[in-house]
Amino acid sequence: MSAKNTHYCDVLVIGAGLAANRSAIEAAQAGLSVIILSLVPPRRSHSTAAQGGMQASLGNVAMGKGDNPQIHFEDTVKGSDWGCDQEVAKMFCETVPSMIRQLDSWGVPWNRVTAGKKKYASGIETEDTKEKEGLITARDFGGTAKWRCCYTSDGTGHTVVFVVDTVVCKLNIPVHDRVEAISLIHDGVTCYGCVARDLRNGELNVYLAKSTIIGTGGAGRIYAASTNAVICEGTGGAIALKTGLVPLGNMEAIQFHPTGMPPVYILMTEGARGDGGYLLDKNMHRFMPDYEPKKKELASRDVVSRRMVQHIRAGFGVDSKYSTQQHLWLDIRHLGQKWVWTNLREIANIAMNFNGVDPAKELVPVIPTQHYTMGGVRTNKDGAAYGLKGLFAMGEAACWDLHGFNRLGGNSLAETVTAGYICGKQVAKYTLGATQDFNMKVVEDAVKFEEENINNLISGKNGKENVYDIRTAMGTTMMEHVHIFRTGKALEQGVAKLQELYKRSLKIGLRSSGQGANPELALAIKMPGQVRTALCVAYGALMRTESRGSHFREDFPKRDDANWLKRTLAYWKEGADLPTLDYEPVATPLLPPGDRGYGEASAGPVKK
Amino acid sequence: MGRQITISCFRFNPNIPGDKPRMQDYKLEEYEGMTLFIALNDIREKLDPTLVFDFVCRAAICGSCAMLINGRPRLACKTMTRNLPSHFTVMPLPVFKLIGDLSVDTGKWFRDLQMRTEAWIHTTKKFDFNALEVRMDNKIAEEIYEPERCVECGCCVACCITANIRDDFMGATGINRVCRFIIDPRDERADAEYFEVVGDEGGTFGCVGLMACDDMCPMELPLQENLAFVRRKMAGAGLKLTFPGIKL
Ligand code: FES
Repeated sequence: MSAKNTHYCDVLVIGAGLAANRSAIEAAQAGLSVIILSLVPPRRSHSTAAQGGMQASLGNVAMGKGDNPQIHFEDTVKGSDWGCDQEVAKMFCETVPSMIRQLDSWGVPWNRVTAGKKKYASGIETEDTKEKEGLITARDFGGTAKWRCCYTSDGTGHTVVFVVDTVVCKLNIPVHDRVEAISLIHDGVTCYGCVARDLRNGELNVYLAKSTIIGTGGAGRIYAASTNAVICEGTGGAIALKTGLVPLGNMEAIQFHPTGMPPVYILMTEGARGDGGYLLDKNMHRFMPDYEPKKKELASRDVVSRRMVQHIRAGFGVDSKYSTQQHLWLDIRHLGQKWVWTNLREIANIAMNFNGVDPAKELVPVIPTQHYTMGGVRTNKDGAAYGLKGLFAMGEAACWDLHGFNRLGGNSLAETVTAGYICGKQVAKYTLGATQDFNMKVVEDAVKFEEENINNLISGKNGKENVYDIRTAMGTTMMEHVHIFRTGKALEQGVAKLQELYKRSLKIGLRSSGQGANPELALAIKMPGQVRTALCVAYGALMRTESRGSHFREDFPKRDDANWLKRTLAYWKEGADLPTLDYEPVATPLLPPGDRGYGEASAGPVKK
Repeated sequence: MGRQITISCFRFNPNIPGDKPRMQDYKLEEYEGMTLFIALNDIREKLDPTLVFDFVCRAAICGSCAMLINGRPRLACKTMTRNLPSHFTVMPLPVFKLIGDLSVDTGKWFRDLQMRTEAWIHTTKKFDFNALEVRMDNKIAEEIYEPERCVECGCCVACCITANIRDDFMGATGINRVCRFIIDPRDERADAEYFEVVGDEGGTFGCVGLMACDDMCPMELPLQENLAFVRRKMAGAGLKLTFPGIKL
């Protein structure tokens, strides 16, 4: 048997979330033929779950007055703990305002400035003038000097995904949904496209293109507890890593969001704190001002998450009825019924649905939870992946490196469309100039390799390891060894456990027949890739002997610019059971390393 | 120890030669906070790795997991097992094409709907990268957001008598989608143009008014109100088309 169908196009887009769809639009508008592959219908992508908003320095709302791309840039660099690519950050901050306005012209119902005096729950009093009325407004988010987060009530991701998808429909770009890319096809120099499995019937198909874009989102699900949707398994990065040629950048930079809600770890948006919510401990004490007198609950996410765990460790956590893990409380009762059920309705619903809690009246249990993958397929500022021609990546799947070691809230949704636009243009430019001869032997071999792998999984030729056991063990290993507070010893043990799991993942055998749309086979195919990804995170964290942004080493608690102003590049050589790490310098041409203005380096440990 | 529950699942995988539709029972121990997302994944991981179903967000925001739970269309991920009897059934949504077991093809159905209703902003304005956004009253933005909240789960379609007998009926979700664009001042389509896409039995005039959709919508969208709004508009547009010059 060979591939059932072979599809040709100019640009193949793997993924259909915001970054992927936005880049597809750019390519299609350049007159190129585009095919979008997606695990799920585009409107169900994880981008939809982004509740809070999109950072753009429009400066319309009173509390955003005087904002500009330069201030946004400085916030972003500080947030990244000087780990980001400053050129990319600058370009991003300058472009994002027009992206917001373009989305507006496409139909996003951004909330608008209303004139008049306002008193916010946080005590802030402002007045918006007539002159700005009707322009796009913004709310407060963590780690920013100005109110800059543009939003549509409580469902920014949802509305932006829907609206961008209307443009995909309008341009009639074909979307092949329920299709999973399982490997990239390449000849060692150029990427040809991918082998993909049709999740409706299990058939293998080949997609060949002049350019391939990876826009598959983050890898949150390598952790047992994550705010991410269940499809966020880092598959795009894993198939790029598998080539041996394309590196993943800064995988140790994992963001933990302060407010995941146990027991299901669904996100309670940062908007809840932006709008004036507090964090309370078991004594109903608002503890964040003790640690972070300036920014309080609105320091950057890495800082708030660490302070929360620090506070729990100091004995102030709340015993959970769900698990042995203690939690803290999110308190938004003082925002009032109307505010909560209008501006924060989505999380109010979530708290109600999953915990039976009405946050206008009751406290919501929260715990820092894996939330975002700053690292990903390393690309240059055009979105072109290192290592293979014709391969691009954008959005959370990429390490374009807007976020360095900590992403600011509202910068990811903003990155998706901005990268989709900027890099999408570059893809179009590259593709228009590219000619491609596909060596069909390479294609056939790639398909044969995948077929054989599937047959072995079904027959149990390599072993009988249970894929679900391996996934569970990987998830708990990441929780226990590669979480918010890291130490050399724990990381070493974590790496060893993951290496063991990696070996086992190569010996998976199915318990079912693997026929048709078989979910066990789907997971078994990608399991080794997930463990490889987890190893890139764990091993990268072990080798980085400093603390920067979300990567915090208790044994190396300081940022070390002399030795570590560099980006990790993780490669996977054939037959290896550990990534090979390489490093490249991080330049700081525009804003030299300094003090973030919040966090341990500035505010220090708490004085009791 | 938790309660013992039995879930009767519809099973049929059309891609496996010889497979036949049937119900299969799975017994589980319930625990604190168990949703159908947790329960069905437990079944897949521990009892039966072949079971096919769809979850993405598991937070009731993406619309992937609608199914008939004890006969009612609901989002499985936000359905707590403790609110169900100890023995209950789960079936795939009707109307949509079956992929396997509990999974149906809502993606294609909804994409067809977007294409058919041309569900995008129609405008002659060209976007200017250097211009400020066009001003809008915040109230209008909030009004557009309401119907925009639809997650396209298909619950309203599955419980709709008309959709169950007419292939071409766009359901409450389709009418709601059109409503969203009618409200939006950025969409320059005239009522008569909307009439072309919803002014027939496949659209607003196919509804026989049983309004199960309104009760079943997991997002609690006012589908009935939106339908009435679009109907009034379309009735007016229909009259105008028939009697040009009529004052309404
Ligand atoms: S899984 Fe997203 S709505 Fe249920």
